[in-house]
Formats: sequence, C-alpha cells, structure tokens
Amino acid sequence: MIERIIIAGSGGQGVMLLGKVLAQTAMLEGKQVTWFPAYGPEVRGGTSHCMVTISDQEIGSPYITRADTLIILNNPSLERFKGMISSKGLLILNSSLAKIDADTKIKILQFPFTDIAIKLGNIKVANMVALGYYAQVKKIIKVKNILKVFKSIAPAGNLKILEVNQQALEEGARLNHG
Amino acid sequence: MVKAKILISGNEAIAQGAIQAGCSFYAGYPITPQNEIIAYMAKQMPKKGVFIQAESELAAINMVYGASAAGVRAMTSSSSPGISLKQEGISYIAGARLPAVIVNIMRGGPGLGNIAPAQSDYFQATRGGGHGDYHLIVLAPGSVQEAYDLTQLSFDLADKYRIPVMILGDGILGQMMEPVRLSVLGSRCSGKHQVPSTQHLKDWALTGCKGRKPNIVKSFFLREGALEEANLKLQRNYEIIRKKEERFECLFTSDAKVILVAYGTMARIAKSAISQLRSAGKKVGLIRPVSLWPFPQKPFNLKNKNVKYLVLEMSYGQMLEDVKLAVCGRQRIEFLGRSGGGVPNEQQIIDKIRIISEKS
Repeated sequence: MIERIIIAGSGGQGVMLLGKVLAQTAMLEGKQVTWFPAYGPEVRGGTSHCMVTISDQEIGSPYITRADTLIILNNPSLERFKGMISSKGLLILNSSLAKIDADTKIKILQFPFTDIAIKLGNIKVANMVALGYYAQVKKIIKVKNILKVFKSIAPAGNLKILEVNQQALEEGARLNHG
Repeated sequence: MVKAKILISGNEAIAQGAIQAGCSFYAGYPITPQNEIIAYMAKQMPKKGVFIQAESELAAINMVYGASAAGVRAMTSSSSPGISLKQEGISYIAGARLPAVIVNIMRGGPGLGNIAPAQSDYFQATRGGGHGDYHLIVLAPGSVQEAYDLTQLSFDLADKYRIPVMILGDGILGQMMEPVRLSVLGSRCSGKHQVPSTQHLKDWALTGCKGRKPNIVKSFFLREGALEEANLKLQRNYEIIRKKEERFECLFTSDAKVILVAYGTMARIAKSAISQLRSAGKKVGLIRPVSLWPFPQKPFNLKNKNVKYLVLEMSYGQMLEDVKLAVCGRQRIEFLGRSGGGVPNEQQIIDKIRIISEKS
C-alpha cells in the first residue's frame, strides 16, 4: 500500500496542520510516513501546500509528482495542482471556495467544507471537516486515531478548541454516508 | 503500535541530535531552509549551554572556533550562501585541529541562488571549501532518523579525530517530517548537562593553565618548517580517517546490471525508481555514499566489467568525479543531474536507465 496525498489551499486555511495531523495519525497506526511542506515565500490568498506519503513499506521520495489523492481547499490551488493527480486518483474539493467543470475525467468528490465549518461556529476548522471526510472515504487512517492525535497536540487548557475540531472531524466523516 | 517515535523535521532532528550528543554551544545566523535548527536550539538548548544568534555568519563560525578551543562541543548551521561566508573560519578550525560540527542544508546556487533543495555544494564540502590543504569529514543523511543519528555520530568523530565534521543535507531533508526514534547512540554520557565522555581527553583545550603548561591553539605557523610539520600531522590524520570512516549503504548490488549512485534526498528518489523497476524485473541496484569525505571506495570494487553506473545528483556532476576516481575506468559511468531547484524525478531516472540499457 502506498498513498500519496497533496493538500493545498490558501495560507491560513490550515493545510499544513491538516497534513501534519494526517501524518501523525499514520505514524500512530504504525505506518511509514513522510510530510513535506512548501517552504517558499507564500502570499495570503495564494497557495500553500504539503505532501504526505503513507505506506506500509520504506518510503522513497517524499516529493510527489503524481498524487493518489488531492485535497483542495481553494480555487488557486485547484488551478495549480489539478494536473498532478494520477489517472486513477481522487480529487476532494472544497466547493465553498473552488469550482470545477463537470466534464473532467478524474473522480471528484466535493462538499462545502468552509460553509460546514461556519455552521459549526469556527471557519478555521474547514480543514478538519475535509480530513474527516478523507479518512472516511479512503479508509487509510481511522477517525478514532485522528481524535487521539488531536488530544496529544491540542493546547492545554483550551477544551473549546479541541471540541470544535472534534465536531468538525466527525461532521466530515458523516458526509460520506449522507 | 510503534512506541516512542515522534514526527519531526530533518532540521529539528539535527538540532535534537546535537543536544543529545552534549552540544553545549550553538551560534548561528538565520537562513532558509535551515531556520528550524536555530529556532529549535534557541528553545531547547540546556540551561547551562549557550545559544547565540550571532550578528553574522562570520561571527557565528568564529564563536564556534572559540568555544571548541575551550573544550566544549560546539555547532553552527547555515545554508549554502551562509556556509560560503563561514569558509575562512572553517579553514582556521581545521588548521588549529579543533573539533566542530557544521551543518549545511543546501539550497540552489551559485550566488544568492534560491531556497529550493540542491546538492551543488558537494565540491565545497568535500574539497575543503576554504583555503589550505585540509578536509572535513562530510556525512550525508538520507532520512530524518539518519539526520538525528549522524549528528550524534558527528560530534564523536569530531572529538576523536580533532576535525570539523559537516552534516550535508538539502532543503527537502531539512524540511520534511518523518517518524524518528530518539535513541541515544554510542558512548553518550548521562547526567543533567551531558558532558561528553571524551571531554577529559581534551588535554589540548584552553581550560585555564594553573598547575600545568599552557596550551596553545592556533593555525599560524611562521617558524621555518613548522607549517609543513603541522600539515603532515593533518595528512596522517586524514589517512587514518580514509581507512576507518567510510560509510555507505548498498541495495541489490550483487545482481544489478545498472547501479545507481546517489546520496541524501537524491538516493530516496532513486529508491522509488528502483522499487518500480525491480517489480518490473529490471536488475537495478543502488550505492548510497553516507560519508562523502572520505568517499567510500569499497562498494565500487566490483569484478563484473559489464555493470554500468548511473550517478544521480541535484547538481551538475560533482560527486560524479569521486565515482570516476573510485571506479578507475573499470566500468562505464553515466550521469543524470538537475540543479537550481530542479530535482530529477523517478520517471526521468527510469527513462535514463532505459537509454543506458539499450546502449551496448
């Protein structure tokens, strides 16, 4: 098993955190994992991205040229990365902030992650809605283990942050069944 | 479940490895893509240790020179243009026979270049870099775990041979995160403020000369014949290091028809290409030099005249020269390299191997 994921959005949407939580969960489950961030000069409103590779064997290159899954949170990122998806790949799209033509040949699953986050009372957790959705669709990492990672990295003494992230994750995981 | 692993970046692993090894003096000046080393040191340097964000790279390397002369484990880190600035100090440290650890997380060059990953400082690292007849031990980690392990080792080697050791990585290695087991390697000493076990052997250090003859640490030898004498001492030391400190990894070299030669991140990409090629039945192997100086000679001593080597670099044929010296004309050597932010990918490697295999 090898899963190559590119996560992209705008600076501030939490794409780095999404990738790190994903990577930490994979590590917790005993899998091999690499996380590689874009570390160049990025601008607000532009794109920010990271690459996560999960495998049950030693991982070669941490740099992804063909992604099995793209998680895209805004339109500029879609334009930049849609060409990097493999022919059998999956595009998970934040339809609140990105639109794609229906006639493209790749598999697309889209939900308004940002609108869902706003309804939960915190626009910042759109990333975790997307992560919950990803976990449920691809079944490579388990939602209950993501929750364990949340608990280990959440700032102490701020239960509200933990709570809203948890809600976002679970809301995302439910989308698949809905 | 795998226990006691943490997810950290290559830069953080280097910093943690240094602290684990008892590094108690760090001086540096910020530059991408190695800023996490400085940031980590600023936060995590033990209370009795010293962290300094110096006013310049020149100041940082000369502070390391001073700290090392005083007998403590000292380190600095930078990226390509910053390492160029440090070369005078590195040459002085080598001339004065002092241990020190210098980290170069390479970016694109020449000049100010860019911040993309590159391996184009290979010549600078392995050929001396500064002036004079000297070498550094140069170690090139290929994973975050290895970055942690080799940083610890580099302090031991530096003390053992009284030589500056360079950790040579690139932007990808510095920035990427991988699970790391924070195990303690080698002859680490315990205690609150890890005093290195070799400390008491530093009888050359400037620790205050009350009750003993004063020590002198210098790289300036004016008396006739004195510099040649000092240089010969260095050369004898290098000869021992050449014999004892070759490090490398070999993968599928026994049956391979084409052997890739790559280090650091480039070797990781090579491994991806190899796993694709092997599952298609192609006999491709890998030699990954871990010590770049001394450059490993042993793995190139293959009897099969029909083996072809393919040297891969994120530079334009620098390590290639060392491979040519090691192979010594016995087999054919091909090359694939990109630089300035370009990184050869799996497909380019596979295409190149196809072309090589078709040539008789």
